[in-house]
Amino acid sequence: MKFLISLHINPAVLESLTEEEQAAIGAGHQALLAETKESGELLSTMALTDPSQAAVVSVSDGRTVATDGPFAEAKEFLGGFYLFDVESRERAIELAARIPDAAIDGLGVEVRQVMFADGPLTGPLEA
Amino acid sequence: MPPIEDLWREVAPQVLGALVRRYGQFDGAEDAVQEAVLAATAQWPSEGVPANPRAWLMTVASRRLIDQMRSDHARREREEAASRVAAPDVPDTDDTLELLFLCCHPALTPPSQMALTLRAAGGLTTAEIARAFLVPEATMAARISRAKQKIRPGTFLVDVTRLPVVLHVLYLIFNEGYTAVDRVDLAREAIRLTRLVHAQLPEDGEVTGLLALMLLTHARRPARVTAGGDLVPLDEQDRARWDRTMIAEGMELAKLSAGAAALGPYQLQAAIAATHASDGATDWRQIHGLYLILERVAPNPMVRLNRAVALAELDGPAAGLGLLATLDDDPRMAGHHRLLSVRAHLLERAGETAEAAALYRQAAKGTANAAERRYLESRFRRLVPGTNREGDGGGSHAGT
Repeated sequence: MKFLISLHINPAVLESLTEEEQAAIGAGHQALLAETKESGELLSTMALTDPSQAAVVSVSDGRTVATDGPFAEAKEFLGGFYLFDVESRERAIELAARIPDAAIDGLGVEVRQVMFADGPLTGPLEA
Repeated sequence: MPPIEDLWREVAPQVLGALVRRYGQFDGAEDAVQEAVLAATAQWPSEGVPANPRAWLMTVASRRLIDQMRSDHARREREEAASRVAAPDVPDTDDTLELLFLCCHPALTPPSQMALTLRAAGGLTTAEIARAFLVPEATMAARISRAKQKIRPGTFLVDVTRLPVVLHVLYLIFNEGYTAVDRVDLAREAIRLTRLVHAQLPEDGEVTGLLALMLLTHARRPARVTAGGDLVPLDEQDRARWDRTMIAEGMELAKLSAGAAALGPYQLQAAIAATHASDGATDWRQIHGLYLILERVAPNPMVRLNRAVALAELDGPAAGLGLLATLDDDPRMAGHHRLLSVRAHLLERAGETAEAAALYRQAAKGTANAAERRYLESRFRRLVPGTNREGDGGGSHAGT
């Protein structure tokens, strides 16, 4: 079963970390990547640019309006995700707990099962 | 499938089994057989199939394996062992069954057991297996390679105490193919492998029962989903679209398996499927009785859930709802969408429309299966007029 683990980051929290702490986050992600690549559970992972670089697009009366900045006024933003193919929900939660962000106050890690997917990575999927 | 491909898919597992038996290593033997099959893919169509395809594959694969062992300086001892048996005979025995047991090694997780079974015993390529499970080929390659390294052949024997694990893996492969509508046909693959086990263990009632269950279920496939991909419940299916030949074979096997001394879960499920597939009005008394035995043989809340459906058909929705209530305290079922949807269905039949509608909606949110979600949403909308809104929480992005 496929799970998307989304990383909800808070830029202020990340900036307040020491250099060592930031390096430890990087190392933690690398270790998780290496292990899940080897086990054949990792499908994909992506990290997104800073929320300040986002554009919100809306179409009204056929006119497209793109506004700079993130969609919601919030402290936390979608920072990236992991897409795993695992045996169970329990395993997905186990992997999520290994993401360094989960151990940092103010950063969020959310696990959601995939219900529909399509594209070269997954093929057409109705779970 | 072209006959030539049929041929090497049948022969390659036998060759692999023989190599594992001879050299006691799985990983290298599997690679060697894959290479031999690739060579066959390249040569046989143009140069013709050799007189003895098994001997041909055996020779090519052994040569590869021995080359590989020789080039591996760290394994001098094995090199000596290999050189002593450098001219292998073609064995008379078929080791496919042993191979299947090896692939279903208890040290592996079910996804790895399934992948390895399909590759080593089923003869599928990594790319085909990746497509079947909807993961990238690299992901599947990693999974298979890790699984191969994890198992050590040890005593290469059919260990009947492990037969339930093998049957469970075949059952999982079948289910994987059953839930997905259009991809590499895992259901057919599972049936092929189960036939193979059945051919070698014809007296085993559980093997016969599993094969019967698969055939009776697979035969209904043409009627199970609409052209638009929506689910059709069993009682609304057009029986004329069932595969009659497959039903007949499944019925025959179900009858055979039911004659066994001890009844196991697959035999009982086959008997239930056979009762459903019988002509005329559904014999709910028999189905309920079979679920009752199944509940004793293999206690499982899902079995009780199914028994509640049968009981409701027999004694009315209130009786079914009463039995469902006994599942409320089971942590495995708490909030499970199947429990919610069955309860919704029985409440609907009891005339409790509002309560049923709310539960259908809740069940729709609980499932990860898009087709099932659409089905449950449609039941909800049927009960609550004016909510017939498209894109209302459907299974996929709008427009798909």
